Amino acid sequence: MTKDVSTRDIVYIALFAALMAAINLVPAIQIGFLPVPITAQTLGVMLAGSLIGAKRGGLAILLFVLLVALGLPLLAGGNGGLSVFFGPTAGFILSWPIAAFVTGWLTEVNWRRMNAVWFFVFSVIGGVVVVYLIGIPWLAMVAKLSLWDATKGSMIFVPGDLIKAGVAAVIAETVRRSYPLMQTVR
Amino acid sequence: MTIGLYHPGHSPLHRLSAGTKVTGLLVASLALFLTPSVWFAFWSVPVAFAVYLSTGAPFRRLMAQLRGPAILLGLVLAFHLLFGSVADGLLAVARFATLILLASAVTLSTRISEMAELVEWGLQPLRPVGVNPEKVGLAIALAIRFVPLIAEEFRHIREAQAARGLAANPLALIVPLVIRTLKSADELADAIEARGYER
Repeated sequence: MTKDVSTRDIVYIALFAALMAAINLVPAIQIGFLPVPITAQTLGVMLAGSLIGAKRGGLAILLFVLLVALGLPLLAGGNGGLSVFFGPTAGFILSWPIAAFVTGWLTEVNWRRMNAVWFFVFSVIGGVVVVYLIGIPWLAMVAKLSLWDATKGSMIFVPGDLIKAGVAAVIAETVRRSYPLMQTVR
Repeated sequence: MTIGLYHPGHSPLHRLSAGTKVTGLLVASLALFLTPSVWFAFWSVPVAFAVYLSTGAPFRRLMAQLRGPAILLGLVLAFHLLFGSVADGLLAVARFATLILLASAVTLSTRISEMAELVEWGLQPLRPVGVNPEKVGLAIALAIRFVPLIAEEFRHIREAQAARGLAANPLALIVPLVIRTLKSADELADAIEARGYER
């Protein structure tokens, strides 16, 4: 998977991993009608795929997850360390690199027609669908819950995630327009 | 943010190698998941707690770190009580508690650099598949180096946007941050290539 990773790629990957950490500094937003606050975490995942492509985006988020495992408190709320990977939400976190890769791949394949709407669709497919497809079965397995119960418990976050995908889409489109020299997906 | 979760000390855990601790953690996970006994899981919790305390970190900090996981586990237990079985709930929560305590103990007693070395060592067998452990090490070091810089950049942006009343607007905060980061990436990569380090 890491076959042709150039030095430029490594710089992009490392800096985007650091950017993901900084994005977590955005405080969780409480929107009136939603019962749970929206954290910025998966926003970084969606942006990684949207802006630097499948390979670099996936590796950047993989690097981020690795940094958390090494003992850096980079998750929302200053969480981190190995304990995160042995709790109920481990599956969600481990899905992030794959989610970024999927969003990135979809974006690369459709690069010529990208706009905010497509960014939104691909962010949902990667940053929401893939995340839950991996996170929920993992949760069910380690918490000894039925798939149905695990799904029930997780659905409460979906509206917030959809809003987040919308924000990611607008950010991605704005960045894409303002930085035409950006070496994104190729 | 780059102040890691490692807490310096001289406990027996601190003196063990990172590889030993991680292996022990994995063995404990396997044991807990392959053993259906609620009693085994139940009695492993105080043992794990003792290991956790043995790291020597201040008690208050140790307990504060447990608050987040405790809430999550409470939710899991509540779910079981409402929709599932009490036995399953207790087993699941006991398992989590033990593993989270042991994993936290490993993180508290192991330097980030030790963990990074362990990762590089562990990746060596993957060379034939195209993985380059040195590049991974470089990426880790670069990212760690840049986390505080980007966080600082974020603070500047937040202050500037606060002056416009936009401090709580994720677009106003993240768009400039992303653009500046990507520019920095390009500049840094250009500089490295100009020096002929590109292979």
